[in-house]
Amino acid sequence: MNLNLRRWLPHTVALIALIALLYPLLWLLVTSVKPADEVVTSVDLWPRHFEWSNYSTALDGVSGVSVPRLLGNSLLISLGAVVGNVISCSLAAYAFARLRFRMRGPMFAFTVATLMLPQHVVLIPQYIIFNKLGMTNTYWPLILPKFLAVEAFFVFLIVQFMRNLPRDLEEAARIDGCGPFRSFFHIVLPLSRPALITTAIFSFIWSWNDFFAQMIYLFSPGKATITLALRSFVDQSSTSAYGPMFAMSVISVLPIVLFFFVFQRYLVQGMATSGLKG
Amino acid sequence: MSVSQIDLPKPAGRAPDRADARRRTRNRREARWPAYVFLTPWMIGAVAVTLVPMAVSLYLSFTSYDMFSAPHWVGLRNYREMLFDDPRYWRSVLTTLKYVVIAVPLKLALALGAALLLKRLRAGRGFYRSAFYAPSLLGASMSIALVFRALFNDDGTVDNVLGTFGIHLGGWVGDPHLATFVVVMLTVWQFGAPMVIFLAGLQQISPEMYEAAALDGAGPWRQFLSITVPMLSPVVFFNLVLEMIQSFQVFTPAFVVSGGNGGPADSTLFYTLYLYERGFTASHMGYASAMAWLMLLAIAAVTAVMFKVSRSWVFYADEAE
Repeated sequence: MNLNLRRWLPHTVALIALIALLYPLLWLLVTSVKPADEVVTSVDLWPRHFEWSNYSTALDGVSGVSVPRLLGNSLLISLGAVVGNVISCSLAAYAFARLRFRMRGPMFAFTVATLMLPQHVVLIPQYIIFNKLGMTNTYWPLILPKFLAVEAFFVFLIVQFMRNLPRDLEEAARIDGCGPFRSFFHIVLPLSRPALITTAIFSFIWSWNDFFAQMIYLFSPGKATITLALRSFVDQSSTSAYGPMFAMSVISVLPIVLFFFVFQRYLVQGMATSGLKG
Repeated sequence: MSVSQIDLPKPAGRAPDRADARRRTRNRREARWPAYVFLTPWMIGAVAVTLVPMAVSLYLSFTSYDMFSAPHWVGLRNYREMLFDDPRYWRSVLTTLKYVVIAVPLKLALALGAALLLKRLRAGRGFYRSAFYAPSLLGASMSIALVFRALFNDDGTVDNVLGTFGIHLGGWVGDPHLATFVVVMLTVWQFGAPMVIFLAGLQQISPEMYEAAALDGAGPWRQFLSITVPMLSPVVFFNLVLEMIQSFQVFTPAFVVSGGNGGPADSTLFYTLYLYERGFTASHMGYASAMAWLMLLAIAAVTAVMFKVSRSWVFYADEAE
């Protein structure tokens, strides 16, 4: 009896926690198909009938810009961030992890220190610069910095990973006359795939979820992302439009959920190794 | 893989590959220029995206600047106004501090509890780990902030559930005393990220330590206090610093819960929200820059204090040897 309890108690607690944790997501799904009158009057979670037209209302989009277009805009920014971060951060990380050069210590310390730097300190001058360059209301301010390895978290993550790779292959290649460039492209980069995948996924999700920078830089409806559109949707409609609003919310988190199911192994591992000296 | 040393505290002081460095210099002198090729994007970024903007914002913090006419120097006026003549500034500081002090320990306590729980599971650990982690990916989105706003609204789920227990708080979102707690709840909901780090830390404590302690007659509680706590303390510290820095900068949930203006009655006027309002809505870029710099100083100061205090409670196994 006692032994049984010891065995089942953790499972029971975990299950209850899981249900509590997933409740907001279930609520989101259910509310997205609730008819307007039930949202206001009924306290039941489950709808009495399903209002699928919430989704067609949501798909019409905001200010004449359709949802596929908004998703496309978000996708463009997020994919730009992925490509930029993977290329620039892996280049920098290789130098920090494998090459010797003057000021390596201070430069790496600088990268780690910027982990703590609040975005707001550089935000206003960046805005002024992009404004002077005529790049506001374009996607450049959201994509260009990613090609310059400014996301210290990823540099740090890839450095940690590369340091743990065995050096034998590179040593052998060097004896055969293989320089740092070929060594990087043909040996280190392929071996670093897990770290690069983690970088890609987090870049995508963070960029997809971003609101602050998008709100500052993008102002015409045609440039809007799904997140910005969701916000204007909220501003424009009353509680009676709860259904369509949450239908749009479901659509906007769908890519993240998809990513999560496909790559959860990399996500959880990437998170774990970032915290520990790998 | 060792949990004994977290890299954040002193990454640069230790040259990581000293033995290797010796080996290399022995082999032959290597050209250094390739390193700078690899670092070109990083160097441009460090200068153009980080260092120059930092300097510019420091300069702007001593000016009055509205984006249209040239900035003009006002000395310490922005800082004086902030500290002595702006009650809303202090409101935003207090709101943010209250949020950080409540949300971070709660989130970490839950994360640690969940990690200890999952470590005891014989089956399904991987599943629960992923499932608990999922909210951390979704939590920063506009959508989930909207869900939490609705859940904690008048006649929302939370109001109704508490009502059946005879607790009638009304909607939290519209209540100046409770609105901040909606943001707290949303933060705590995302305990999965630190949990994953805790769990990885727990799994690296060697089972032999526990076996040896058990042989010496230590019970589960004693083992927890004498093995788990000290061995895990670097990870606790790492999570604490990381979460604290992130929490100071919370924006999206604050924006959504407050309806974008810090309401009701400025009770959710988070620091970043007020900074946004002064800088981008009211076009007081100088003032907003000064706010950003005080935020940077505050974060740096709190982090420094945490590192100082950490010497008394964080245990690094490889230093003890």
